[in-house]
Amino acid sequence: MVTTFLFGLIALIMVLAALVAVTNRNLVRATMGLVLVLFGNAVLFVLLEAYFLAMAQIIIYIGAIAILIVFAIMLTRHVGEDWGPAFHRAWPWALVIAGGLGGALLFWMVRWPGGQNTPAGQVDPNYVQALGQALVNPQGYVVPFEVASVLLLAALIGAIYVAWGGRRVKGPYPQRAEGGER
Amino acid sequence: MGAFLRDPSVLVEWLRALLMSWGLSAGLTELVLYLLGGFALATGPMLWVIFLIWFERKAVARFQDRLGPNRVGKFGLLQPFADVLKLMTKEDIIPEGADKPLYWAAPILSVAGVLLLWPAIPLGLGIGGNLNVGVLYLIAAGTLGIFAILLAGWSSNNKYALLAAFRTVAQLVSYEVPMVLVLLLPVLLARSLNLQDIVQAQDVWFVVYVPLAALIFLIVSIAEVGRTPFDLLEAESEIIAGFHIEYSGMKFAMFFAGEFLHAFTIGILTAVFFLGGWRGPGADIYPVLGILYLWLKGFLVYFVVVWIRATHPRIRIDHMLNFSWKFLTPLALTLVTVGAVLDKVVVGWGVWPRALAHLASNVVVALVTLQLVRAWARRLPRPKVGEPRPVARPQPQTQPQPASGD
Repeated sequence: MVTTFLFGLIALIMVLAALVAVTNRNLVRATMGLVLVLFGNAVLFVLLEAYFLAMAQIIIYIGAIAILIVFAIMLTRHVGEDWGPAFHRAWPWALVIAGGLGGALLFWMVRWPGGQNTPAGQVDPNYVQALGQALVNPQGYVVPFEVASVLLLAALIGAIYVAWGGRRVKGPYPQRAEGGER
Repeated sequence: MGAFLRDPSVLVEWLRALLMSWGLSAGLTELVLYLLGGFALATGPMLWVIFLIWFERKAVARFQDRLGPNRVGKFGLLQPFADVLKLMTKEDIIPEGADKPLYWAAPILSVAGVLLLWPAIPLGLGIGGNLNVGVLYLIAAGTLGIFAILLAGWSSNNKYALLAAFRTVAQLVSYEVPMVLVLLLPVLLARSLNLQDIVQAQDVWFVVYVPLAALIFLIVSIAEVGRTPFDLLEAESEIIAGFHIEYSGMKFAMFFAGEFLHAFTIGILTAVFFLGGWRGPGADIYPVLGILYLWLKGFLVYFVVVWIRATHPRIRIDHMLNFSWKFLTPLALTLVTVGAVLDKVVVGWGVWPRALAHLASNVVVALVTLQLVRAWARRLPRPKVGEPRPVARPQPQTQPQPASGD
């Protein structure tokens, strides 16, 4: 009962925050709406007893991506403000497509028999270990895991290359003209 | 009373029975108990802050050969109450052009970010946090504090506040990397993300296994709080005060209550991760004793933090970021790699041989690091001591090189 009430409350907050994120003209406030949505998502994971996913959600999406977005906004010229039209002129088409897809999904979700199944009961308290082992198990997900790692490494190297800007640097770091005080 | 000392959960059972006898349903009773628990966890630390403020002012005063607060009450113990009264009666100023909702949210988030750390902390055997993703939870809760600072800097419509927020966030994000890496070591040694399991695994304190990691954790935690060697978020000389320039009264006090509490909380966390948490003689029979032990250990570390604050000057921002990215992060990575490989070998050796093997590896890593740092320092250009240095000197005019067929 309490869980259902909490779910309703959080869902309501998430929908309102999502509206703020999409419609608010102030970009920083829009980002805060996005953060609230992501946070609500984490809370929903907690309600499903998926604590690891909840924490991963907060650390990755709020701790890293949202902060990156805020930084990017603050570095733009009109800090956080935008006067242009908020809606693209083709918005009725977007509404039709999004509404149609959402309606279809909802229709199939309601008819899907898996939705009626009750949860499997108590969650294994050691599921974090099981998850970790599955990630490095050759029978499990070691290949996708390693591919993702290589992808991230490539992004990291690319970022360093872009930031480097082709400078040639000798020694531990660039020497200053006045030499000394640092 | 004896039953309470042996098993504090009788208190909860008693409350549950009381609420049920009032005619509440089981689900509602559970909810009320959770709310009460949350209320206690939030209020207890906030009340403790009142003492911390007095203690810190007194301790820092002694370090600086002053008396500190000594007028209001015995030893000035009532000074924080007088301060709070003053802050409450101050005019609450909201600057022109401030983003009001975010301006209000920032101080609340700042305190909430610290208070959120407390539910994960195991206070004794069977008391307090028993979260199976405890370490991740701590890291996740830490991100709220970063948001509080960003919001405070942005919403006060002040360029100095914004600048301070930028560089503070740069600092906090940089120092989160070595912190997470170093926290892997207790997790690795205990084979669990649960803080309660980490405490239970410390038959020998982890500070004996990996003293270097404990040291890095302490340094990085101080940086995360923004305490004195790393207190760039409030540099009076360069950016007036920092991200909280525009705040006054209780809102300003919230930021500071959050900071003081955070400083004490990192003491507690260091105790949990490296100093055996609530473990001590008799703590597994009388769990309430565990709270006392944890508190004592945490306070000891907190005292060290205050000590560092009273004796060290502020570090420059570029030095600080270099220190994190070029020194602490590689060192933490090395420690984790060495620890992980070594632990696979020595895990079956019994408690003390395993601890000593890890200790030996740490000593080797420390010595190699010192040699590397020395070699690096020798290659640095240095100003000659005693030579007069002109304030301005002619710079060789550097022409931008035309990009010729590269």
